[in-house]
Amino acid sequence: MLSHDFGAGFADPVVDAQAAFRAFLDALANPGTQQKLAGSSDGSAALGRELASTLLTLSDHDTTIWLSPALDVDAVKGFVGFHTGASVVDDPAKANFAFVALGDAMPELARCNLGTQEYPDRSTTIVVEVPALDGGAELVLRGPGIRETQAISPVGLPADFVAQWGENRELFPRGVDLLLVAGGQVMGLPRSSRIVEA
Amino acid sequence: MNAVANYNFAYLDEQTKRMIRRAILKAVAIPGYQVPFSSREMPMPYGWGTGGVQVTASIIGPDDVLKVIDQGADDTTNAVSIRAFFAKVAQVQTTTHTAEATIIQTRHRIPERKLEAGQILVYQVPIPEPLRFLEPRETETRKMHALEEYGLMHVKLYEDIARHGRIATTYAYPVKVEGRYVMDPSPTPKFDNPKMHRSEALQLFGAGREHRIYAVPPHTDVVSLDFEDHPFEIQHFEHPCALCGAEQVYLDEVILDDRGGHMYVCSDTDHCEERREAGHVGVLGMQEAAE
Ligand SMILES: [Zn+2]
Repeated sequence: MLSHDFGAGFADPVVDAQAAFRAFLDALANPGTQQKLAGSSDGSAALGRELASTLLTLSDHDTTIWLSPALDVDAVKGFVGFHTGASVVDDPAKANFAFVALGDAMPELARCNLGTQEYPDRSTTIVVEVPALDGGAELVLRGPGIRETQAISPVGLPADFVAQWGENRELFPRGVDLLLVAGGQVMGLPRSSRIVEA
Repeated sequence: MNAVANYNFAYLDEQTKRMIRRAILKAVAIPGYQVPFSSREMPMPYGWGTGGVQVTASIIGPDDVLKVIDQGADDTTNAVSIRAFFAKVAQVQTTTHTAEATIIQTRHRIPERKLEAGQILVYQVPIPEPLRFLEPRETETRKMHALEEYGLMHVKLYEDIARHGRIATTYAYPVKVEGRYVMDPSPTPKFDNPKMHRSEALQLFGAGREHRIYAVPPHTDVVSLDFEDHPFEIQHFEHPCALCGAEQVYLDEVILDDRGGHMYVCSDTDHCEERREAGHVGVLGMQEAAE
């Protein structure tokens, strides 16, 4: 089978993956800021550009990934298999990365892999495609990577997100990390970030 | 250095970079926690900072400008070799000027010039585990970090005070990151510990032989361990730099002759040169000017 059956990967795999990685690094090192996700892959019909770039940059046959219902289709699984070799798992608790398509519900944070007290790094990173990173209800963040406070207003978070995130923060150093993507940008919410106003 | 023919951009293969990149992202999300990673052979010996080299190789891109220092100097064999390595395998621009660098790889020192937002400081770490000398077993130190059991570390520091009247540790002085993890700041002199506290720059640490990566994001609390009756203090130098007159900087002793003549000069060579170019003159510089 030809690669275009599954959608294209990066035009320049080495340079594009490096540029995308730096966007994720800057996003998690500076929580709540928006970083340009350069070097986007076209993905495929069912897989948005930003999710495709994230998959290509961070996953391979050493990683397990969970796909939200809209992504759990042959076209996307073909893209994942062909370009990354990552294993698709049916339970977010077994996943290194959970990918959530626009419109799909984010898995409950507590249902993901939260890591262990000895190995908190083994937790799930959730990557969520949202309608927009601005324009929603304002949340104010504090924590490492933030000078004083950082206001964010992403659209499309679950109604009980603030409560879920609060519980996730209480687990520190365990807990999930979150990457929100929209419009060619990525925003990071590492587990270390606290929502201090909502 | 061995031949590096047929290498990928930045030497490491993409699979290795992805593995290291995943470890770096988790390290940033859990400040001060040591993330295990599968260290790769690099075309240089372990003592040359292969952990730092692997971190740099995994983050560096074509637009980066790289500075490498060993102690505070850009011109030692180790620093020159690593800089040349990346100029060759990643075709990146290199610099000796702290202000121009986007990535600074270091073996000991943190530059005197305040680092800025967007800069990344990569440390080459020989021993990442601050509890190692108290407990050699990895399973046990991991448990101590998990349970935040740092009492032994305080006992060790207090024994120092009992024996020497002060905390004698001057290098790799342990710090607590964001009130949670006790971290070894690599073999930096304790003089540089305060620079880690709420730095604007992202700090990444790579230990090649020990297979660990850890991180301190910008604006993160990094507090040197101490006691109320024996607060943490940095080294103080009695004289300013003999060449540029700088005070409150870290100085190295330089032997001038075999009759015991010596002088103290900035360990950060770039800082010293910039000051001299700006017209600052130290005692020795004045003598030179007068001669
Ligand atoms: Zn000087």
